[in-house]
Amino acid sequence: MSFLLGEHMTGGYGATDILYDCSIGVEKGEIAVIVGPNGAGKSTALKAVFGMLPLRQGRILFNDQDITQLKPEERVLRGMGFVPQNQNVFTSMTVEENLEMGAFIRTDPIADSIAQVYELFPILKDKRKQSAGELSGGQRQQVAVGRALMTHPKVLILDEPTAGVSPIVMDELFDRIIEIARLDVAILMVEQNAKQALEIADKGYVLVQGHNRFTDSGEALLANPEVRKAFLGG
Amino acid sequence: MADILNALTLLGNFLIIPGLTYGSQLALGALGVTLVYGVLRFSNFAHGETMAFGAMITILVTWGLQSVGVSIKPLPTALIAIPIGIVVTVILALGIDKVVYRFHRERKANPVIFLIVSIGVMFFMGGLIRFVIGPGDQIFFDGTRFILKAREFKEITGLNEGLSLKMTQAVTIVTTLVIVTAMFWFLNHTRTGKSMRAYSDNEDLALLSGIDPDRVVMVTWIIVAALATIGGTLYGLDKSFKPFVYMQLLLPIFASAIVGGVGNPVGAVAGGYVIAFSELILTFAYKKVLLYLGPDNLELDSLIQFLGTDYKIAVSFIILVIVLVIKPTGLFSGKTI
Amino acid sequence: MAAAFYYQYRNQILFSVMAGLLLAVALMQGLSVSLTILNLCLISAIMSLGVNIQWGYAGLFNVGVMGFAALGGLAGVLISMPPVSEAWQAGGLGILLGLIITTGTIAAALYTWSQVRHLTKQRYWVIAGIIILGYALLRIFFDPGVVAIEAIDPSVTGYLGGLGLPILVAWPVGALFAAGIAFVIGKIALGLRSDYLAIATLGISEIIIFCIKNEEWLTRGVKNVNGLPRPVPYEIDLQRAQWFQEWALDFGMPVDDASAVFVKICYALLFIAVIAVLLWLSETALKSPWGRMMRAIRDNETAAAAMGKDVTWQHLRVFILGSAVIGVAGAMMVTLDGQFTPTSCQPLRFTFLIWVMVIAGGSGNNWGAVLGGFLIWFFWIEAEPIGLWLMDVVTSGLPSTHWLRLHLLESAAHTRLMTMGVILLLVLRFSPRGLIPEARR
Repeated sequence: MSFLLGEHMTGGYGATDILYDCSIGVEKGEIAVIVGPNGAGKSTALKAVFGMLPLRQGRILFNDQDITQLKPEERVLRGMGFVPQNQNVFTSMTVEENLEMGAFIRTDPIADSIAQVYELFPILKDKRKQSAGELSGGQRQQVAVGRALMTHPKVLILDEPTAGVSPIVMDELFDRIIEIARLDVAILMVEQNAKQALEIADKGYVLVQGHNRFTDSGEALLANPEVRKAFLGG
Repeated sequence: MADILNALTLLGNFLIIPGLTYGSQLALGALGVTLVYGVLRFSNFAHGETMAFGAMITILVTWGLQSVGVSIKPLPTALIAIPIGIVVTVILALGIDKVVYRFHRERKANPVIFLIVSIGVMFFMGGLIRFVIGPGDQIFFDGTRFILKAREFKEITGLNEGLSLKMTQAVTIVTTLVIVTAMFWFLNHTRTGKSMRAYSDNEDLALLSGIDPDRVVMVTWIIVAALATIGGTLYGLDKSFKPFVYMQLLLPIFASAIVGGVGNPVGAVAGGYVIAFSELILTFAYKKVLLYLGPDNLELDSLIQFLGTDYKIAVSFIILVIVLVIKPTGLFSGKTI
Repeated sequence: MAAAFYYQYRNQILFSVMAGLLLAVALMQGLSVSLTILNLCLISAIMSLGVNIQWGYAGLFNVGVMGFAALGGLAGVLISMPPVSEAWQAGGLGILLGLIITTGTIAAALYTWSQVRHLTKQRYWVIAGIIILGYALLRIFFDPGVVAIEAIDPSVTGYLGGLGLPILVAWPVGALFAAGIAFVIGKIALGLRSDYLAIATLGISEIIIFCIKNEEWLTRGVKNVNGLPRPVPYEIDLQRAQWFQEWALDFGMPVDDASAVFVKICYALLFIAVIAVLLWLSETALKSPWGRMMRAIRDNETAAAAMGKDVTWQHLRVFILGSAVIGVAGAMMVTLDGQFTPTSCQPLRFTFLIWVMVIAGGSGNNWGAVLGGFLIWFFWIEAEPIGLWLMDVVTSGLPSTHWLRLHLLESAAHTRLMTMGVILLLVLRFSPRGLIPEARR
């Protein structure tokens, strides 16, 4: 039983389903990556796990509890963090205010958590009084991840954290994500840069049209000739 | 030298002090419009009537206080009636939100639908106000009329021109200063204020962060109702209270909010003063000023006025059009709080 | 069963109810009162058709109905009143020069604007310079002309007068006036966020009213223009005519009453002709490929734009068309009143009431708009006696001089504002598609 597990998830926004009996799980301290072609339902799977998609079948288990019926905000309280793909920062607010908003549901002092985020992303400390909208793409993603970390989540869900950033920044971001995982946080992410992502993944899921196509360790998927040919460009 | 001082006094008396006063009134109104826009995402056509309603309650309370002999001379009694006006207006605003707006919000209605709904609310409130207090002019100012009289100023300085400062002008400017400062402090330094800004900036992310939308909406209406009551009362004190005047204020208020950038509070305040001073600068008769400053033998036939005083209202429209054509996001690039 | 019957014959039933209401008024308050209401119902229906073209077809929100209607009214004055030749001699030249200067300035500004695109920041200053120069020139020639004109016999004329043409000519001209202003406003505000159009139209309408009230050389301002020529016979002529006296005798009506009724029926027939033509045109347009495209744009702007439709241009066209219809209605209104009274231009009465008509009647449906125009105007007029009667009943327990009773009776008139607001809110909440909803095609 995984620490976070979406089991047999089936559902979609309207009459047609997007996910079909799709299962995804991740352990503490582990990185799980979902890859697949466009329209495979990768982001939808993340949303389903986070309660932003109504499920017709299947359930979500977190820390041995069934959380299928919980609203996203309630999942945040239970210890889940979510970084959406787009519009994932408050552009008109400063970096520090973004972090404060990340900790909105907490009632205890948050100074330590902010310091921790700055430690992880030192550049943010220099830019703390700047509004997030003025930052570069990579820095924004750091703010977005930092915001989600403010509740000390046990699971961090990232929707394409490296979308639209340069390869150098991408490597940098992946390094940080590994660091976060080392803090015993479970990380579940969708990635467009499948190859690089699988390299750091403990577990990989290849989704095709809402179905689980391959599930294995990142290393094994990279080695699998079929996966390489169809999804990793040879 | 005396000529220059006389000219400056003229400008101060007829341009700067009235501009600051009117600008403050517009700023308070525009701040309310911009907050509704930022958080609830529609242009609230009922805002003028909300101001009138708040002022009306304040007036009724003021009359009550006056009749039992309460007075805070030299200040107008209305100042101590304002809190009650605010409370009643807040109750009305929250009630209307619960009965009217909430339904459309839950259905995620188009902003234009909200706009039409706000027109319905405007009708309702307009009728209510006229029903209670009538359409006529109401006088509720008491206290000392002038802090500084033009004659006293002339005696003190020995100048030809007088500078007067009415009590209502001083009260308006000072109150606005306090309210606006408090408002910005609230938005930038309190948890609730920041959550409002966050909600206005990015609703989805705010929900993800656990910000309670109902609470944000409630706080917004409370603040908007308070601002409307204060703004409406100050306007009524300074000019006069007449229900239909508040509907005519809508245009300059919207213009202020848009000039500054809708949804941006700093912009709303700045926009209020921009509109007020533009109105006055363009409709001020410069004849006397030029007579002081020009050569001694200068003779002027006309008043040297850009626009007739009657055309004040056109000024806000012209500025609005210029902004829409050149920079629709406004001076401070709005859209969020 | 009953419901099915209602849905099948809904339009017929609703319009019969309306006719019944008017009939009831005719019986209770007299035929003349009923016809007065009918005539204004017809004009309201035309305005509401115009707004429906903008809102129902294209989702454009026009808060300037009053301004466009006033332009139509202005057309009535400028077309039908006899010219005041003394005024033309005194200040006509100045006014004409002013017009030429204004046109020249605008042309120069637009031309320069297109020529100096390479200057990014400076071009605003260049344009501002041209406009200020033009404005100064304008004032030099224009102001003395205005003063001279307004000095000519101010209690009777004091303005330029009109062209002395039949007033029916003013109806299409009113449409043109409104269309012209709509073009300018549309150019500025369309393509931006939807509420900017609302605010811009609110503004232009206030300014039109303000100009009409203040530019006495053109409109006599608040002194009103009275005695506009009529397209129908005058009561006094009818009363003197042999054939009419006999005719009235046949109907058993006093000649005075009969003449008033006859005039009102003439107006009603004229208005019905206009409304019939407009309805036919609107229905044809709505069913045409163009109408389909407009609905497609309204329902999904992004998709329509992606399919290569020029959304802003189409919106501009619809906005101009709708405003033109409102302009016609404005001209018809002064024709009916026989006078032009700028002070009666109240946004609450025009703009917002028309909106209640469209929403309650059924946005997107021309018949709905017409029904809404009838129904809402009827209640707007009748709400006052009904409200008064209600207050009288409610307070009948109180002594007749009790302050509350007096206040309530005195304020009863204002309840209709509230009622209209409540109707609008109720319709939006419980029946957002109105009494006669848009047909699903």
